[in-house]
Amino acid sequence: MSIQEKQQEIIDEFSIYDDWMDKYEYIIELGKSVPSLAPELKTTERIIEGCQSNVWLATEVKDGKMQFSADSDAIITKGIIGLLIQVYNNESPADILQSELFFIKEIGLAEHLSPTRANGLLSMVKRMKNEALQSFTK
Amino acid sequence: MDSTPFSVHAIRELFPALGQKVYGKSLIYFDNGATSQKPQIVLDTLAQYYALENANIHRGVHYLSQQATSAYEAARRTIQQYIKAKAPEEVIFTKGTTDSINLVAYSFGERLKPGDEILISAMEHHSNIVPWQLLCERKGCVLRVIPISKKGEIDIAAFEQMLNERTKLLAITHISNTLGTINPVKELIAKAHAAGAKVLLDGAQSIQHLSIDVQDLNCDFYTFSGHKVFGPTGIGILYGKEALLETMPPYQGGGDMISKVTFERSTYNALPLKFEAGTPHIAGAIGLGSAISFLQSLDMKAAAAHELELTQYAQGILDTFEGLHIIGEAKNKTSVVSFTIDHMHPFDIGTLLDKQGIAVRTGHHCTQPLMDFFQIPGTVRASFAFYNTKEEIDTFVAALERSMQILGA
Repeated sequence: MSIQEKQQEIIDEFSIYDDWMDKYEYIIELGKSVPSLAPELKTTERIIEGCQSNVWLATEVKDGKMQFSADSDAIITKGIIGLLIQVYNNESPADILQSELFFIKEIGLAEHLSPTRANGLLSMVKRMKNEALQSFTK
Repeated sequence: MDSTPFSVHAIRELFPALGQKVYGKSLIYFDNGATSQKPQIVLDTLAQYYALENANIHRGVHYLSQQATSAYEAARRTIQQYIKAKAPEEVIFTKGTTDSINLVAYSFGERLKPGDEILISAMEHHSNIVPWQLLCERKGCVLRVIPISKKGEIDIAAFEQMLNERTKLLAITHISNTLGTINPVKELIAKAHAAGAKVLLDGAQSIQHLSIDVQDLNCDFYTFSGHKVFGPTGIGILYGKEALLETMPPYQGGGDMISKVTFERSTYNALPLKFEAGTPHIAGAIGLGSAISFLQSLDMKAAAAHELELTQYAQGILDTFEGLHIIGEAKNKTSVVSFTIDHMHPFDIGTLLDKQGIAVRTGHHCTQPLMDFFQIPGTVRASFAFYNTKEEIDTFVAALERSMQILGA
């Protein structure tokens, strides 16, 4: 499935919720199901400090595909991280760099990626793309 | 329902923002510690100023300039009377509390010498920490921090021991924005004075809740922001004792603050204009004057009693929640209920409350050293104004319970 298709799949999943709380309940459940990063991976190089919540991002490249794993101290942030990982994992660096991230806005969570939200997610997306870029030079 | 003649429901009608819906729910605004909503009269004053009275002040011979100048100076006198300053010269318009504190740090700070000590408390807002750190870097002064108890009260005994002949300034918050603690400032001021130190009170959280009498408090400086006291953003006040302000050098140079300028040297204007370089925020000053006049029209004693009742009511209910910890349990506190909940991040709670129409603040509240002291990443803070109601607290409590269910399930 392409990055485009994966995003569309998430949008379809979210389309059944018309109540904000139901939507967030789903994100929270997702956040709980995302495996936590091992404590030894939560290093200062991997932390993305937000004003409100912190995010840790670990990256691997396997057979030319990006493998992200990430964690957050806030469960809603972690749920959204789970969605980002679904979209970007097992994709080539080139595809990630060329992709446009539109599902977050479509499912009504754009505020979480605004610079003022300060939960580390915007910086995390930037770092995911940056790690994809870096993989070319490795 | 309300035991006093103070009618919260009548007051709410005067604040247009309070009647709106967010995400389809009636807005409950519990973020008054960050900023307060504005009454219609302040909005009308701003619109009227820009529509009909707009002109630069203190320099025009024409009609509008004289009108604007009178309105600006009338606002200064309104504020002077409200905080019971001796003279309008003691009331300086600034951009806000942060700007006022920086003014004092630069100007009063000019006279400080290496080794001089500045005392702050462990519950200060970053605005009352960083300007002093910068001053210490410039002048080689020493910043010392008065400890607080786990309840969030100043350790008076420790404070007394810290006072010495090197203490030049005590800069302390009147009411903590994070804990709600009302500090015993009169006592602290008297003790600091006895040691020969001056005192700056950060009034950002007290002007909107308490009756302020700067002469009775006997503080040397008192600072506050317009936007937290139902006025516009970008305007604030530095009160200073006239004799002290006279001895202080200007903070910024420019128009309005000068008496005569030549390329060789310039002489400065008299107080208060010495500290008001450039065209000031005229509309903001007039708007703040209007907000203060609005407060004068209310029964502020009843308003304060109502705020205290709200604080105790909310705290009483939240105290019964398992796993919920109130941060800030000072005996004397008002208008702020800060808390943490075991295994739940403040950001998650704040996000879920938001979607239920409730505005609270989450995070460190610009008091990171205080968070470090309590060893927590942040709190959820509900902060009240006199226009809030017990019914809103009931709705907030129900929404909090729902949020906890979702997060804990």
